[in-house]
Amino acid sequence: MSEFVSASRLERVMKAGHLGVTSECGPPRGSDPEEVRKKGMLIKDYVDAINVTDNQTAMTRMSSLAACIHLKLLGIEPVLQMVTRDRNRVALQSDILGAASFDIPNMLCLSGDHQSFGDCAKGQNVHDLDSMQLVQTVRHMRDEGKFLGGDDIKRPPKIFVGAAANPFADPFEIRVPRLAKKIACGAEFIQTQCIYNIDKFKEWMKRAVDRGLHEKAFIMAGMTPMKSVGMAKYMKKKVPGMDVPDGIIERLAGVEKGKQAQEGIDICVEHIQQLKEITGVAGFHIMAIEWEEKVPEIIKRSGLYPRPEL
Amino acid sequence: MIIAEKKPIQEIIEEVQNFDRILILGCNECVTVCEAGGKKEVEVLASALRMYFITQGKEKVISEHTLERQCDHEYLEEIRKNIDNYDAIVSLACGVGVQFAAEKYLTMPLLPGVNTICLGANEDRGLWTERCQACGSCVLARTGGICPVSRCAKRVLNGPCGGSTNGKCELGPDTDCAWQLIVDRLKALDKMDDYEKIAPIKDWSTDRAGGPRTVTREDVKI
Repeated sequence: MSEFVSASRLERVMKAGHLGVTSECGPPRGSDPEEVRKKGMLIKDYVDAINVTDNQTAMTRMSSLAACIHLKLLGIEPVLQMVTRDRNRVALQSDILGAASFDIPNMLCLSGDHQSFGDCAKGQNVHDLDSMQLVQTVRHMRDEGKFLGGDDIKRPPKIFVGAAANPFADPFEIRVPRLAKKIACGAEFIQTQCIYNIDKFKEWMKRAVDRGLHEKAFIMAGMTPMKSVGMAKYMKKKVPGMDVPDGIIERLAGVEKGKQAQEGIDICVEHIQQLKEITGVAGFHIMAIEWEEKVPEIIKRSGLYPRPEL
Repeated sequence: MIIAEKKPIQEIIEEVQNFDRILILGCNECVTVCEAGGKKEVEVLASALRMYFITQGKEKVISEHTLERQCDHEYLEEIRKNIDNYDAIVSLACGVGVQFAAEKYLTMPLLPGVNTICLGANEDRGLWTERCQACGSCVLARTGGICPVSRCAKRVLNGPCGGSTNGKCELGPDTDCAWQLIVDRLKALDKMDDYEKIAPIKDWSTDRAGGPRTVTREDVKI
């Protein structure tokens, strides 16, 4: 992993041995670009790149690519999230080229939440490719300079390719083999599902390190601060593949309502500090859902600020 | 087999109310086994329609007939001799049977009496579940005999996705995670090494993506 595959700052930071830091920005449910710009400017100086979600939870929003372009024009480095739910291989390849035409240097390949969770529950889904095959597709376009159909691409996309991993979904025993598969498909960085169960994450990471996977891809730990005990309970019960230990809920419940948000931030900072010490953690992906204004505080208190000069 | 489900009676009434002589046409194959469109269901629907129209003071002739198969020219010919006795046919066959009858009797209104649901199996008394989506290119040899195309809500060929919890799909507790089932089978077969083989990008041209599909067999043509 010595030479650079893209113009990505995120790639350079992690390849230089620093902990990478990303956050995320959900595009608005409307066409006002100011909402994207505002969120981006709040966290611009505290992160290496900002993920832009792709119709997350299957709710129709401004397109991820358009929102990425708004950020890019402000000098903020985007990570384009692309799900395989809504587009076939024609549209995916086309959007990859569109992103590359704006020199968007990072991409995260996902399958996406099922459409029944969103506002178009009666719609079709596509899933022409799965998330691993999307990783293969971007790598093929970049490294071979060819479309899936075999034709040459003029000015192939230079994109640092990522995938997601959920250390907590079932069955647990295939979670590391699955990570290995994603890396074998060509994922160069990994952003994990939100981590609350530190012990289980450590076990997952240990198994990944035992296989040397941390040397083949940069594994970024996903962090989401809890705003309230209600949010913690909701995440535990309602969000598929989420592991929220009772200890977290009890700790949030143990403080008065007005102070739960601060307690949630404190827990997040403590977790980051613990995870920084774990072999294999190459960075942090901080997903403060509709709470972007708290990202600078989390990053500063976690000792991840200032971001390294390159 | 093909799994179908009876349409609501109100929907059928709305479709047939302007016809006076109606044939309820059952099929003795899949829809009989899944109890949606066999002889028994023909009788029940015909009786329900007769009772409804009597209460409405309308005179209708509701006839009943069940064919051995509606997706077969030979059996569909059985009703030709009486076809002029009807103004419309309500077919309780799957979508294949309805269309085959419609193609054969060009001027006869053909109305579906069932919704065709899937290719599935009778898992338990009163429970039919999907097993195949006829993608035209079977991957079961690579997935422990469990189909990710028909049984994974995202058709993930390299699964499971991050939504798998306690063996269930992110859709909810009523849906098994196909990839949990695949992993369980691979373990039972002592073939977990196969799990890490990457499933290549699938050729969907044999699926509905390629347009209406046909199978041509020169060796069995007459």
